[in-house]
Amino acid sequence: MWSGRQARFRPLACGVEELRRRRREREAALRKARREQHLVSKRLLREDAEGPCAAELLREVEVQQFLRLAQSGTDEKEREKALVSLRRGLQHPETQQTFIRLEGSVRTLVGLLTSNRALLQLEAARCLHELSHSEQSAVAEACLPATSYLLTYLSGHSSDFIELCLYTLGNLIVESEAVRKQLLPQGIVPALAACIQSPYVAVLEALGYVLSQLLQAKEAPEKIIPSILDSTLPQHMLRLMQPGPKLNLGVAVEFAWCLHYITCRLTGQLGKCQRSFLGLPTQVNNAVLITHGALATLVLLLLDLAGTVQRVDDAGLELLACPVLRCLSNLLAEVPVESEGEEMQLRDERVMAALFILLQFFLQKQPSLLPEGLWLLNNLTANSPTFCTSLLSLDLLEPLLQLLPLSNVVCILVLTVLCNVAEKGPAYCQRLWPGPLLSCVLNTLTLSDTEVVGQSLELLQLLFLYQPEAIQDFLQQSGLQALEQHQEEAQLRDRIRALQQTAIHA
Amino acid sequence: MLFPPALCARLAGAPGAAEPLPVERDPTAGAAPFRFVPRPVRFPRDHEFFEDGDVQRHLYLQDVLTQVSEAPEKSMVPEFTCQVAGCCQVFAALEDYQHHYHMLHANTCSLCSRAFPSGHLLDIHILEWHDSLFQILAQRQDMYQCLVEGCLEKFKTSQDRKDHMVRFHLYPADFRFDKPKTSRGPAMPVAADLLARALQDDGAAMEVCSEPTALPPCTRTYNHRIPSTVCFGQGATRGFKSSKKKNKHH
Repeated sequence: MWSGRQARFRPLACGVEELRRRRREREAALRKARREQHLVSKRLLREDAEGPCAAELLREVEVQQFLRLAQSGTDEKEREKALVSLRRGLQHPETQQTFIRLEGSVRTLVGLLTSNRALLQLEAARCLHELSHSEQSAVAEACLPATSYLLTYLSGHSSDFIELCLYTLGNLIVESEAVRKQLLPQGIVPALAACIQSPYVAVLEALGYVLSQLLQAKEAPEKIIPSILDSTLPQHMLRLMQPGPKLNLGVAVEFAWCLHYITCRLTGQLGKCQRSFLGLPTQVNNAVLITHGALATLVLLLLDLAGTVQRVDDAGLELLACPVLRCLSNLLAEVPVESEGEEMQLRDERVMAALFILLQFFLQKQPSLLPEGLWLLNNLTANSPTFCTSLLSLDLLEPLLQLLPLSNVVCILVLTVLCNVAEKGPAYCQRLWPGPLLSCVLNTLTLSDTEVVGQSLELLQLLFLYQPEAIQDFLQQSGLQALEQHQEEAQLRDRIRALQQTAIHA
Repeated sequence: MLFPPALCARLAGAPGAAEPLPVERDPTAGAAPFRFVPRPVRFPRDHEFFEDGDVQRHLYLQDVLTQVSEAPEKSMVPEFTCQVAGCCQVFAALEDYQHHYHMLHANTCSLCSRAFPSGHLLDIHILEWHDSLFQILAQRQDMYQCLVEGCLEKFKTSQDRKDHMVRFHLYPADFRFDKPKTSRGPAMPVAADLLARALQDDGAAMEVCSEPTALPPCTRTYNHRIPSTVCFGQGATRGFKSSKKKNKHH
């Protein structure tokens, strides 16, 4: 079944409160970085794991000594120890600077990386890994001479070593476009395509990480995504996301995010090959059976996730649910849900069931993801009488209404979904009222947010139009007074007046 | 949020779509001053709608990266020696031995004992160094294939190939897995050949030779000067004297 990532946690010296404080700090820092458009994750949190004095500052002469010993010492163990000491020293940013300024230092390191001494190779790779983590461009870019070797080693067999090379490459990739401009002609895409056939879970997870970093690049849509779609990577990615006994959560998470970065970018002009990969009809009017079937895989994964969250109390599942929902939502915006001859899975009632089970899961574990789930619900119901019917026939109206008070964003999304249902006509509105819906909407009218109130007004118009009997109920519940509150608001004025007219004349 | 108990059962049930209720729209629905139109929404990657999910993702990544950078605990065992003929490295941890084996013995040429990091490079090596048919064909057509996986280019000479890799693939000019074959004929004993190359190399080279069993234990590494006590089965004196001719590579 699903197996979580192997925890290699070391016990931390600080208490729970301290942990929470640090997590909040990290979260704030990430939000800030995202708003400033440079959300990259490679910074190590070493200061969390060890005390402040963990990495001693090495002087230049010491760095030189360690390097010399590692390169030309006579005793195997001495060489290894020297390199380990260097690696530890390189945890300190100043030592990193010292190191790269030393003439021939990187060349020596690359020499050790390609030497015939396996342990020296590993330690040299770890040194490079430390350097690749640096926030200083000069330090990270000092690793560039090693990239052709890192890529070559991806087709080897030593899984630990490959994993290390991959994470190093992943860090370098986010460093700058200049780095990627070197890695792409060096054949990173074919190297990854060969490596993805590895049976080792740790390697696959690292590879997924690398790919996700590559796909996140600004120039990805023009320069990177096309060559990835042309390779065998997509079919392997989907294979590794198939639900079943071999599905690994950590691996699936990485490739789901990869898929998200791909689908997110494919706006408007989709090439034939891209449509084929995603499982979209390659011609507008005829559905053509796909070779890769991303859509089918995502739906199956959604269903599987919903099943798993009921059985397993694993807080990590939302890490997978989030990108899966995003992919589905964006893809559904690309293709009409009920076009002639489209795939059955796009109408399957179980999708609706799965989504609500996941909404419940978010409510308990990660409420900040509720809007994303409701976004999918909107995209499912917008143009689909089938899904609107499913929502009603599965008795999901009341659970949906329960979400209204949570936040303005959630409220607007729920109201939008209700509008999606209501606008389909009388047969649908008859299932919306009589029922608790009207009093819930009247509650939302008491809120002050203009957008929330505006969406409520839209819903009321549709309800009054297709289910006029509801108007009486509305009046009895002091609906007119509720409307009056907002009649001076510029954005709402006209609609309020129209509703007042309708209600009075009924 | 409480959903009906039948929902879980429905999820576990058979695939199927609901029979849609009849759709019947009135033209005044959503007409001015109203504006509602049902519409699937698409968000681009940087949209603020994704902020929370993205932040969660990166918090997770940071934890992962912290774990990765710490050297894993090794499973220590009583010291043992690598059993491959001629290799006498000693190990006390299984992971170390595994890495050693994969790097030095898994893709080794059985004809000249050079080790390669991948099967791909080993295959190319055998073709170019040990296949006489290759040499014949190479006189008539481009046979030297580019070493970068995924590149299908072939070249007349290994130098042309190197130029291609440097210019097109931005590979270093001294890429260690692209040493051209030496010009020595087959009469030159392999051991001396390797010794000469070892003397040329900067530090340790990838090629490893499997020494004949008469050798002393290999506790030293390749240096610029091989101590005179080292014997490759040919006699130390001869080893030094036969190294005058320079190799082509740098």
